[in-house]
Amino acid sequence: MERETILSVRDLDVKFNLRGRKLHAIRGVSLDLYKGESLAIVGESGSGKSVFVKTFMGLLDANGWVDGGQILYKGEDLVQFNTEKQWLKMRGKEIAMVLQDPMTSLNPLKTIGSQIIEAIELHQNMHGEEARKEMLSILTDVGIAEPERRSKQYPHEFSGGMRQRVVIAIAVACRPKILICDEPTTALDVTIQAQILNLIRNLKKKYELTTVYITHDLGVVANVADRIAVMYAGDIVEIGLCEEVFYQPKHPYTWALLSSLPQLGVKGEPLYSIHGTPPNLFNEVKGDAFAPRNPRALKIDFEKRPPYFQVSETHKARTWLLDPRAPKIDPPEAVLKLASEGVKGYE
Amino acid sequence: MLKYSLKRLASSLITLLIIITVVFVLLRQMPIEGYFDNFEKADAATIQAKLNQLGLNDPIPVQLWNFLKNLFHGDLGTSARYSVGAPITDLIAKKAPVSIKLGVMSMALSLMMGIPLGTAMARSKGKFWDKFGTVYIVFINAVPAAVYYIFIQMYGTSALNISMLFDEAKPVTWILPVFSMSLGSTASYAMWLRRYMVDELNKDYVRLARAKGVSSKKIMMSHVFRNAFVPMIQYIPTSLLYTISGSIYIESLYSIPGMGGLLVDVIGRQDNPMVQAIVMIYSCIGIVGLLLGDLLMGMIDPRISFVKKEGAR
Repeated sequence: MERETILSVRDLDVKFNLRGRKLHAIRGVSLDLYKGESLAIVGESGSGKSVFVKTFMGLLDANGWVDGGQILYKGEDLVQFNTEKQWLKMRGKEIAMVLQDPMTSLNPLKTIGSQIIEAIELHQNMHGEEARKEMLSILTDVGIAEPERRSKQYPHEFSGGMRQRVVIAIAVACRPKILICDEPTTALDVTIQAQILNLIRNLKKKYELTTVYITHDLGVVANVADRIAVMYAGDIVEIGLCEEVFYQPKHPYTWALLSSLPQLGVKGEPLYSIHGTPPNLFNEVKGDAFAPRNPRALKIDFEKRPPYFQVSETHKARTWLLDPRAPKIDPPEAVLKLASEGVKGYE
Repeated sequence: MLKYSLKRLASSLITLLIIITVVFVLLRQMPIEGYFDNFEKADAATIQAKLNQLGLNDPIPVQLWNFLKNLFHGDLGTSARYSVGAPITDLIAKKAPVSIKLGVMSMALSLMMGIPLGTAMARSKGKFWDKFGTVYIVFINAVPAAVYYIFIQMYGTSALNISMLFDEAKPVTWILPVFSMSLGSTASYAMWLRRYMVDELNKDYVRLARAKGVSSKKIMMSHVFRNAFVPMIQYIPTSLLYTISGSIYIESLYSIPGMGGLLVDVIGRQDNPMVQAIVMIYSCIGIVGLLLGDLLMGMIDPRISFVKKEGAR
């Protein structure tokens, strides 16, 4: 299956300077984003998933920098961008973003309408009445009733779910090619989450967007993603189609992640949790970053960083277990159970 | 919004009444010499007669009621020692314009210096302008104003080659008092603006604005500065009113015939009715300032009208 690559990351390294010490947040990550797909990047807090996508837009905090690698988009290497003017060609216009917390991501002192119009004027070259009409039609698109009246209101007059719709409206108003959703439902009510995910999915179709979800909620992933990239300690440890990662996971970290799904637990038994803490990225990680927390780690896991082993055309994982010489270790029971019967609510 | 304003207005009126009462009652505790221009020479009978005439032998609630009645007609009483028999309102009307002119000018100057300084500090956080501003703010707050006021007067007058004292007819003598007066508020405007701007800069909506492709310059102006200025708005009326009411120290330093000088004068001469009137005016100015600040906030910040309890910060 040949697909058109829209954005291509090659061996990306990102470092941060924290109180004089260097933190290696992204450790040589490569990723191809295909046009029109929906990719989910999952991982625990601090695994670098947010930082990773921020580099696409030049939005790293001031103490962080790209230390090597390439980000290729339409024949240009974004890593070489060093002026704001260059980035302004990308931000919004090519890649737009939906942030996690809708309660704080809108300017409290401007009306909803004017915040959407700001994006329309910047990216669609419309002004005045024309821009206003466009704004109203986008508000309708994101499912806000009475757009005429609502557009004159301020963010505090909207509920959390409604605000997230507005944030999405702003992103869509930029007419981007790629939409990055950074934990779009984390701050929302469970009942609203599904609505928002549906909305993003519909908009994706309507505006032909490529979407990237960042999340730690595997439920979100199962609902929306075509492909899943599992991130751990600043590296993608496994990537594959949604079904492949869910039903035939290969990396011990993915196993652990899936085993800790509450839906897989047996009633009366304690929930599975991964012991230990992620490695300290101030120090150079040796071998497989997950090895210290992996009870069945191999000796080589502590010594040499595993390369990617191709599982199928679309599925690869960075673990020595896939090496032909490795002993056969079966995935934990919960993962096998998931593979054989699936999980309720994750279909 | 209307309900909020009315509520706010009503509570200010009550505060005003309480303050007038407190000042009035306190001033009753002053020695009675303060009501006579020739106390030492007067005999007991004349003193009693005068006290009766002024109504000072009445019970305090009655005195207060009479005072409030007069106040309602714009009558603050007459001066007892400073300028015997002259209505206090006339005396103040003569002094106030100078203070107001100086105050407005110094206020304008401190806004013109404080706002750009604060903005520059927020923009260059941790770099030159930020450090420069911090040094300035710490200096102004740490060194007693009297010290640098005197230095400014000494070196300023000799550098500009003008007289040490203020002369209303010569505009050039206005420069130094206005400048000295503005230094303090410049520092506080810069400090607060920097603080509020840095607060705003770290908020998510700035991140979202950046992500949607707004340039940093435009983010600074139309998002950050605007939002950071809202909490500042609250302080501006208070600070304006305090400056126009005159700086006691600066007015005596340059012998400016203003309100501050007047207060010092009447306290020195123990003119009870005048001290009472001026102290009341000063407290009222404070209350009016707060009221205006809150009303301005209410006009600018759309969230306020929905806040049930008054006072956002």
